[in-house]
Amino acid sequence: MHYRRETMNIYVLLKRTFDTEEKITISGGKINEDGAEFIINPYDEYAVEEAIQVRDANGGEVTVISVGTEEAEKQLRTALAMGADKAVLINTEDDVENGDQFTTSKIIAEYLKDKDADLIIGGNVAIDGGSGQVGPRVAELLNIPYVTTITKLEIDGTNVSVTRDVEGDSEVIETSLPLLVTAQQGLNEPRYPSLPGIMKAKKKPLDELELDDLDLEEDDVEAKTKTIEIYLPAKKEAGKVLSGELNDQVKELVHLLHTEAKVI
Amino acid sequence: MTRKVLVLGETRDGSLRNVSFEAVAAAKTVAEGGEVVGVLLGKNVSALGAELIQYGADRVVVVEDEKLDQYTSDGFAQALLAVLEKESPEGLVLGHTSQGKDLSPRIAAKLSSGLISDATAVEVAGGNVVFTRPIYSGKAFEKKIVTAGLVFATVRPNNITPLPKDESRTGEVASLSVEIKDLRAIIKEVVRKASEGVDLSEAKVVISGGRGVKSAEGFEPLKELANVLGGAVGASRGACDADYCDYSLQIGQTGKVVTPDLYIACGISGAIQHLAGMSNSKVIVAINKDPEANIFKVADYGIVGDLFEVVPLLTEEFKKLKVHS
Repeated sequence: MHYRRETMNIYVLLKRTFDTEEKITISGGKINEDGAEFIINPYDEYAVEEAIQVRDANGGEVTVISVGTEEAEKQLRTALAMGADKAVLINTEDDVENGDQFTTSKIIAEYLKDKDADLIIGGNVAIDGGSGQVGPRVAELLNIPYVTTITKLEIDGTNVSVTRDVEGDSEVIETSLPLLVTAQQGLNEPRYPSLPGIMKAKKKPLDELELDDLDLEEDDVEAKTKTIEIYLPAKKEAGKVLSGELNDQVKELVHLLHTEAKVI
Repeated sequence: MTRKVLVLGETRDGSLRNVSFEAVAAAKTVAEGGEVVGVLLGKNVSALGAELIQYGADRVVVVEDEKLDQYTSDGFAQALLAVLEKESPEGLVLGHTSQGKDLSPRIAAKLSSGLISDATAVEVAGGNVVFTRPIYSGKAFEKKIVTAGLVFATVRPNNITPLPKDESRTGEVASLSVEIKDLRAIIKEVVRKASEGVDLSEAKVVISGGRGVKSAEGFEPLKELANVLGGAVGASRGACDADYCDYSLQIGQTGKVVTPDLYIACGISGAIQHLAGMSNSKVIVAINKDPEANIFKVADYGIVGDLFEVVPLLTEEFKKLKVHS
């Protein structure tokens, strides 16, 4: 395929998640969201930052996409305040009750299929569901290459050099646009939205779509997995804080690990 | 209902990883008495087939090609999809490793299948294969089933007990020839940083340091203790942010999630983000100067004291234990 473009058409996949400080409680068999603080998924924040840096270096436009409810508007506005140009909320509130990673990736791919995206960036995993599936699924549905858990991205024309974190080791990978990458910690230092950024963000376009607008029926995006139970881990009993002479404490600890806990 | 289940065996430095034996055990459960077929992809991997069978696979299919020498999404997807097409299994299990995380969603998308990532347990209940997996970084758990496509899951290292190795078990190791076409992403260079010593995500013992370690040199006593116990060294975000160690060691909500048999937290206060990465460890020991530190709330055993005094004493005491046992 002959492929050339003057400026970059960049998309960011963003998820609204619980703040990392939040305690998790369950009510009615579901995670209780009442009164919880929500943030941009931390790994998606790296994705937003990287997209802005790529645009500033190469020219082009950054569009941030989120699939969810209208409450995700707040996180999309934050991304606009950081410097993204446009936002798209695909509101599934009325159409999808129990979606999964298939659902989300199908919707995103359907939206992106005629957008001529050069670069799509997402977080490598969301800290709530923790599956890390949506990025690679979208790439496969769009039939473009992808590289996950990246810590460095260098673009020269349509050639791309990516550094990928592989369980602590690094791989340097050569590939080309169009491309989907997922961000790992260390990729960059996400900026805080500035006050002028926040003011400007209010005027930037934030489009809202529903499944209908993408010619999708509810059946097309029906989940292929089902959650049958959600529960909290058993509360740990208070541990044993040792006392006495330090030497004796250490001896006792080794003895306990050997005979009581039997892990050594 | 019996199922034919495929398991991808993952190699590192010419050996099978432990998580692959754990994946075979998970596949046995999924199969409900059906056939478990190991799959090995690589340049020169057929010799490892016998070991996969000793851990419970009934037979093994091998795809060998120069282009499979290193993992790439394109190469491995082509090879695995060819095996899937030939075998038409009802289930597929991979390790939830860097490789499994990268490859499995693509296979699931290609097959329009459900996929349950990062499972820590699997059981058959009420006629369903039910996977347990942590959500919200281990602050909660969910039980999940696949409703369309393959019974497809990745399993988190260190959680599912492998079957005992049975050296008398034998089975067929057959090769399948697959033409690997163009790779759209090519590995130019691999920089090894973390893999000296024991792999953090698979380690049975993790010795972890926080801000209390105070410097890069401060990690030395922790490394000595890890060596004596055959464990790996980890760190809190605080220690990484302060440049005491590489981010590849970070354990927490961002960073690695570990579930070793023994986790020793040294000079770690126990922020909720750190707990998310280690609170499901089987036994947790906290060593901290501050008796009010949050880490003591999740610890099974605690010593209030200076890690630079406690850790070397512990190392000596474990050495003695090793000599005696």
